[in-house]
Amino acid sequence: MDLRIVFRIALRALARNKMRSSLTMLGIVIGVCAVIAMVGVGQGAEQQVQQQIESFGTNTVFVSSGSPSRRPGGAHMGSWSVKTLTVDDMQAIEREIPLVRQCAPGVMSSAQIVFRNQNWFTRVMGTTGSYFTVRDWPLLAGNMFGDDEVRRAQNVVVLGKTVADLLFIAEDPVGQTIRVKNQPFQVIGVLAPKGQSPWGDDQDDRIFAPYTTVQKKLSGQNWVQFLSCTAISREASLAAQPQIEALLRERHRIRPGTDDDFQVRTQSEVAQMAEETSRVMTLLLGSIASISLLVGGIGIMNIMLVSVTERTREIGIRMAVGATEIDIQRQFLVEAVTLSLLGGMIGLVLGAVVSALIANFLGWAVLISLKAVLVAVVFSTLVGIFFGYYPARKAAQLDPIEALRYE
Amino acid sequence: MNNHTVLELDNIHKVYDLGEVKIPALQGVSLRVAAGEFVAVMGASGSGKSTLMNLVGCLDRPTEGRYLLDGQDVAGLSPAERARIRNRKIGFVFQQFNLLARTSALENVELPMLYAAVPAAERHERARETLALVGLEGRENHHPSQLSGGQQQRVAIARALINRPSILLADEPTGNLDSRTSAEIMELLERLNRAQGLLVVLVTHEADVAAHARRIVLMRDGRILRDLPVLNRHEALEAVHHILDAAAEAESAAASE
Repeated sequence: MDLRIVFRIALRALARNKMRSSLTMLGIVIGVCAVIAMVGVGQGAEQQVQQQIESFGTNTVFVSSGSPSRRPGGAHMGSWSVKTLTVDDMQAIEREIPLVRQCAPGVMSSAQIVFRNQNWFTRVMGTTGSYFTVRDWPLLAGNMFGDDEVRRAQNVVVLGKTVADLLFIAEDPVGQTIRVKNQPFQVIGVLAPKGQSPWGDDQDDRIFAPYTTVQKKLSGQNWVQFLSCTAISREASLAAQPQIEALLRERHRIRPGTDDDFQVRTQSEVAQMAEETSRVMTLLLGSIASISLLVGGIGIMNIMLVSVTERTREIGIRMAVGATEIDIQRQFLVEAVTLSLLGGMIGLVLGAVVSALIANFLGWAVLISLKAVLVAVVFSTLVGIFFGYYPARKAAQLDPIEALRYE
Repeated sequence: MNNHTVLELDNIHKVYDLGEVKIPALQGVSLRVAAGEFVAVMGASGSGKSTLMNLVGCLDRPTEGRYLLDGQDVAGLSPAERARIRNRKIGFVFQQFNLLARTSALENVELPMLYAAVPAAERHERARETLALVGLEGRENHHPSQLSGGQQQRVAIARALINRPSILLADEPTGNLDSRTSAEIMELLERLNRAQGLLVVLVTHEADVAAHARRIVLMRDGRILRDLPVLNRHEALEAVHHILDAAAEAESAAASE
């Protein structure tokens, strides 16, 4: 029989019980809607993480002090707890590894900062002006400290946007003097907002000073916690990684077989890790949502079974006038698939609406990809076929004589 | 009128296997019916006439015996092949009309053509013509619930005729109709039989209904007890009464033994 006719018969049979058909469809609608919205949220997060990682500069190689590995029996030396990484190392990298364009040190400390009656506890990072070039991080106002200020360890700071907003309500921060650990610092610039880092802290809740100033006047250390370097290209950042490792092992006199006291990571690695994490999240959200699709499928099966019983006589009539088992099976299967596919379509639209609402009201990034749409449509069709098969088979295997006699 | 044999049943047995007991429903039925005949099958309930109808209608298959329909052996066919035979060669008319509810007369009549893959335009045209033939012109879009019993049965007859079958099987076609409508339906069947040479096999236990036939077959205990050709309605009526009386006597004789 012509498939268009089968489809028409199915539509009419479904239209005959509108309430029942729509309630059955609702299961699939909710399922597909949930899948679309959840996967949308997951993929939105994935994309956001990607953007955040790119905000760190794509060619970045990150050298931090401390060993990455944990060996049984040995004490774990956490990041930044080892005092062997120095500015001399940084200069050696810049000098001896041509793949690296430039590096900036990072000396981390934290301090209470005060402006008049406002105060705030924040992180202080000591670095050079090139850190902001490496990070591709422009100024909103004022100036950056240069090599001169670094060499002379001057008391100058550049504020992150969050700090600037918190301390200065009405005044222009540039040119003002604030107190950091009770020492006067002159604000020379305010940075453009950078947003959250991939691991979720506010990168703008921070102030920056020459590393020499932080080392001498705030933290009293002569080592640095990390070096942030840019390679000449993305590929070069990967190639530079082993070279930096070899150079630092030599400089730190680490014997073969012993652990590094530093860790070199490229931006690509970080990107991969973060991508992996958010992909797992997407998958998790998607599979939880799929369960509701499955429940919707069971609803279809239930209603189709009821329908087969109710229409036993109709099946008998059709068989008597020449319908084969295959004709009957196809008719009921098409009905089930129509239910699930129609539900899938409505769910798709609803899912898009829900995603838009989430994006609007919660401010989350939500991304509806073509892949998710295709998967939802294909999956809901499969649900229809899978859960429609048994009732359709049952209908097809009815004995026409019995079916005609059925009251 | 060509008088070739359409139905040829040869020593047909049908046993219903209910696991522990086997119930013999037909025990060696042989019957030949030629094109253009009008046969009434009579008999008490349990005599095997319904089983015979189901076998002739290819809804069921015999346990034993040979069944030729239009020269084709249909006893050993697969379910799908039997569905095709039902579609092309057999038209059913039931006591309960068995029309699809909430479906127009036209679409009910078109139903067998859907399974014969007839193109839409031809379907509509043939269905209209056939509805006109049974006297339902202008009722094409009525649903069964909007039609009287007699009209519903006319739709069912149109449906049975639509694929130009070799044989029309009518199982108590007037069982749910009043006597006047019954007569109308029977006259329609008689007219189709005579005008179109349509072979009609009718199952009934009403003498008036059987009297429209030109051959009376009486069944009892899964066997054919009598098989009488009759010339006209008057003779048919006599034969029927004779047969029924004989059957009743045999029945009471069997009971007193």
